[in-house]
Amino acid sequence: MVSHIDPAAIDTIIDRYQGEEGILIQVLLDVQHEYNWLSQEALKQISNRLGIAFSEVYRVASFYKAMSLTPRGNHLIRVCLGTACHVRGAPRILDNVERALNIKAGETTRDMKFSLERVNCLGCCALGPVMVIDGEAHGNLVPAKVEEILNEYD
Amino acid sequence: MAQLQSPAELEELRKHILAKRDPHKMCIAICAGTGCLALRCDKVIAALKHEIKKQALEAKVDLRETGCPGFCEKGPLAVIYPQEICYFQIKPEDVNEIISKTVIENKIVDHLLYTDPVTGKKAVHESEIPFYKSQTRLLIGNNSKINPTNIEDYLALGGYSALSKALFTMAPEEIIDEVKNSGLRGRGGGGFPTGRKWEECRNAPGEIKYVIVNADEGDPGAFMDRALLEGNPHSVIEGLIIGAYAIGSHVGYIYVREEYPLAVENVSIALNQAEEYGFLGTDILGSGFDFYIKVHRGAGAFVSGESSALMTALEGRVGEPRPKYIHTVISGIWDKPSTLNNVETWANVPLIINNGAEWYASIGTESSKGTKIFSLVGKVNNTGLVEVPMGTSLRDIIYTIGGGIPEGKKFKAVQTGGPSGGCIPESLIDSPVDFDELSALGSMMGSGGMIVMDEDTCMVDTARYFLDFLADESCGKCTPCREGIDQMLTILTHITEGEGQDGDIELLEEIAEVTKNASLCALGQTAANPVLSTIRYFRDEYEAHITEKRCPAGVCKALISYYIQPDKCKACLICLKNCPSGAIAGGKKQIHIIDQGRCIKCGICFDVCPQRFSAVKKISGRPVPPPTPIEARTIEERKPRRKQ
Amino acid sequence: MKEITLTIDGRELKAQEGMTILEAAQEAGITIPTLCYHKAVSPSGSCRLCTVELVGSGKTRLVTACTYPAEQGIVVKTNSATVKKTRKMLLELLLARCPNVPILQQLARDYGVEKPRLKKIKDEDCILCGLCTQVCQERMGVSAINFVGRGVNRTVDFPFERMWDVCVACGACTYVCPTGHIQNEAHKVAQLKRQLGIQRKCRYMLMGAVSNKLCPHNYECWRCEYDQRTEYRLGEHPALALKLAQRQGR
Repeated sequence: MVSHIDPAAIDTIIDRYQGEEGILIQVLLDVQHEYNWLSQEALKQISNRLGIAFSEVYRVASFYKAMSLTPRGNHLIRVCLGTACHVRGAPRILDNVERALNIKAGETTRDMKFSLERVNCLGCCALGPVMVIDGEAHGNLVPAKVEEILNEYD
Repeated sequence: MAQLQSPAELEELRKHILAKRDPHKMCIAICAGTGCLALRCDKVIAALKHEIKKQALEAKVDLRETGCPGFCEKGPLAVIYPQEICYFQIKPEDVNEIISKTVIENKIVDHLLYTDPVTGKKAVHESEIPFYKSQTRLLIGNNSKINPTNIEDYLALGGYSALSKALFTMAPEEIIDEVKNSGLRGRGGGGFPTGRKWEECRNAPGEIKYVIVNADEGDPGAFMDRALLEGNPHSVIEGLIIGAYAIGSHVGYIYVREEYPLAVENVSIALNQAEEYGFLGTDILGSGFDFYIKVHRGAGAFVSGESSALMTALEGRVGEPRPKYIHTVISGIWDKPSTLNNVETWANVPLIINNGAEWYASIGTESSKGTKIFSLVGKVNNTGLVEVPMGTSLRDIIYTIGGGIPEGKKFKAVQTGGPSGGCIPESLIDSPVDFDELSALGSMMGSGGMIVMDEDTCMVDTARYFLDFLADESCGKCTPCREGIDQMLTILTHITEGEGQDGDIELLEEIAEVTKNASLCALGQTAANPVLSTIRYFRDEYEAHITEKRCPAGVCKALISYYIQPDKCKACLICLKNCPSGAIAGGKKQIHIIDQGRCIKCGICFDVCPQRFSAVKKISGRPVPPPTPIEARTIEERKPRRKQ
Repeated sequence: MKEITLTIDGRELKAQEGMTILEAAQEAGITIPTLCYHKAVSPSGSCRLCTVELVGSGKTRLVTACTYPAEQGIVVKTNSATVKKTRKMLLELLLARCPNVPILQQLARDYGVEKPRLKKIKDEDCILCGLCTQVCQERMGVSAINFVGRGVNRTVDFPFERMWDVCVACGACTYVCPTGHIQNEAHKVAQLKRQLGIQRKCRYMLMGAVSNKLCPHNYECWRCEYDQRTEYRLGEHPALALKLAQRQGR
């Protein structure tokens, strides 16, 4: 379900910063957080309201991992590939998730159910390898457990 | 809460807070940091709250949700005050016992205590637990005593007394001198003398100056800043206000990576409370000094943690580094003098002001003073946050505190300094943690990530891992970093895939030199360190990969094959059933054979084969033995041995 | 502006405070190779080809001449063995990315790069110098094109690869591009050609150089007397010169 971004909502988000300088990244993060992606219209509106060239707004949105120019799936899977998790076998976990969902990291499943991302360190190194789905962490993973966990999400 | 208008009012309030608190009342201080939350401590906390309410025990015991005390391996964990009993790996089912035995009967729940893995002996207090007792927990030790969303917990421990002392009894130059004499060096990785940085900024021309907390903590494997910011945000805020006063700044920023939502939340709450109580805003504590702090979130870019890039991001532009020939202390955010320091650096400041430069300088080594928090992770028994005086040996950290390598495996190397650092082998494990010593070894202190590696870690794969990380995170502006890392990564990938060639090591070294000397920022300049340090200490592994097409650690997929040893296989069917590509043939009493052509090297069979059989092994550098002929695959019924 | 003295390649030179090493060298007739530098825009220090050696007390360091300020008493070597070795590798890296770009091939030959040794050979013709984006932003004030993404996958493009509405077809980006990759104004010109009547504005009108002029040559500017005259009069690309003239109030 691709959510349509309400222009009034964007205005509200921008107004919260009360004309402060340097807020482009914060505004983009807020819109991303609210709607799970950044549409062309949303970027245009932000460009107009903040008086920043459209190509500059687009550049910022294309630079940062936290921002997505295409709609994200309902469930966001972040597999940690930080060094501690890597040493404990995280690449095999990622392999297994990619295989189970038939997508690569950075992509979204056709049915818009899952989006998969690689993350570099979530700060839960004691439970490595870790994968976070919708903010919920699943630690001490082994490849055999991956499909079981994914099936818990509808 | 009316804003405090003087040091006297602050002390009055502090006395009042302490008077209200009964030091003998029991308190369960349970960690609610990100690590323990991932271990479902929220269920334990909910159970505790429920039980306390149900049995109407509010008058007998307090429940305090704290930040991370550091022993993440054993979470969810709690400390019961005032007895200071430490409970570990608490499950919701244990709550009833904690309430009935410890809270009501004042007895200890044995099975929740720390147990020594060798002697089996139990330990009750931090001072008896090897992980804690060898540490010097000046910064992180307070985490169990503080609910980060309650400023009064911080005040009860003496919080903001350093600020009061600085504002009312010290001139800005005196504060800078104190920080200089303490020998404090930046804890974010650069190790630049903090006092000197403050002095340069103070002396830079211009009225408007900025101070910044760098809480981007991008090094994978490092999470000490997260623990400080989540668990004791006021310690960082207090340090920042003192620094701002010393430098002459009235606006500060805390830049937190967006991957740390709990830290963003707790810092924001702390800032609101600090303002409410009069520690921020106009006329702080009646001193006439104004200071405001804003929180700014990162958006998923490691390179934006570099100081000039971070400042550009604060301006709302793309967070890419700029040439630093003109220092950011002279021209930083919006070209104004700006002082950027790491979270841990700022947290050290109140300690220095309260206890004096001489005290601080008495801890540590000649060139590296004070303590450092390390995140000890990877192949080590006690993973978590470890705070030790500078100069402590790596051996002490890994073995005495860390409890050594799990499963009896052999230590191979410890990686420090994140993607800018290097790997230190066993022969150098008695080296002290010290800025200059670690650099001399080809690594660096970095932000404090310490990843322990064992015999099952491939050092070539490790170097490739770091370059892959950096390739993903490079901003791409300058040629040597963007193209150099890409080319080094290509060579390393070829080597790990069995396509290494003679001359690869020398070519890597040549590219590395130019990346090091000609890159625009520290990301590019230090990108080659993991490669160079692994070549320096583990050249034989590189040569095995290139010449023999062998991965000694059994990691590089293209160079290993999984093989089920016929004499050990007991035909239990477990690997067969779990193989995702149907590559295992066999049956009941028919030993299992892996079809190498269908094997995708996922490693599941290796994981699931029961330990008592250990039939699956990894072969590298030589061909897999031909499969056992079909006639010979049946397991004979063996008569049970008669006892003698 | 205060005058300072510095030494470049053994020669003692005078320069103005505020100049960069590159500017000081150019004034003295010393050539330092560059790719991402253009006097019409601020230096970015991204190609690193202008790397020179700064000799200090005991240590030397490599810095980029285009961004390092010319300071009193500094000693600079623009062609030492280390510098040459560094530039050679930089060119090898660039050539591996863009093997068919004439200017890179020439520079590579100058620095003795023969066979490619690097493993990954691509076929780009953009070296990501950023001059086109800088000229569009700093000089034209339009920012029609910009960098997109990061790392090796970084590119220069219109937003969403097709939004060229704010482009004024000035051609300044094509003019400054060192490799010939940028041919951006073609999109805008094609769009302009489809306009009717009074919408067929002259490029100079879009650039703000003239208030009311329609195009009589179907946007084939090489046939236009106005275009030739302006270029002749100004001595460089009209877009850059005009914008500079406007800024100086001429």
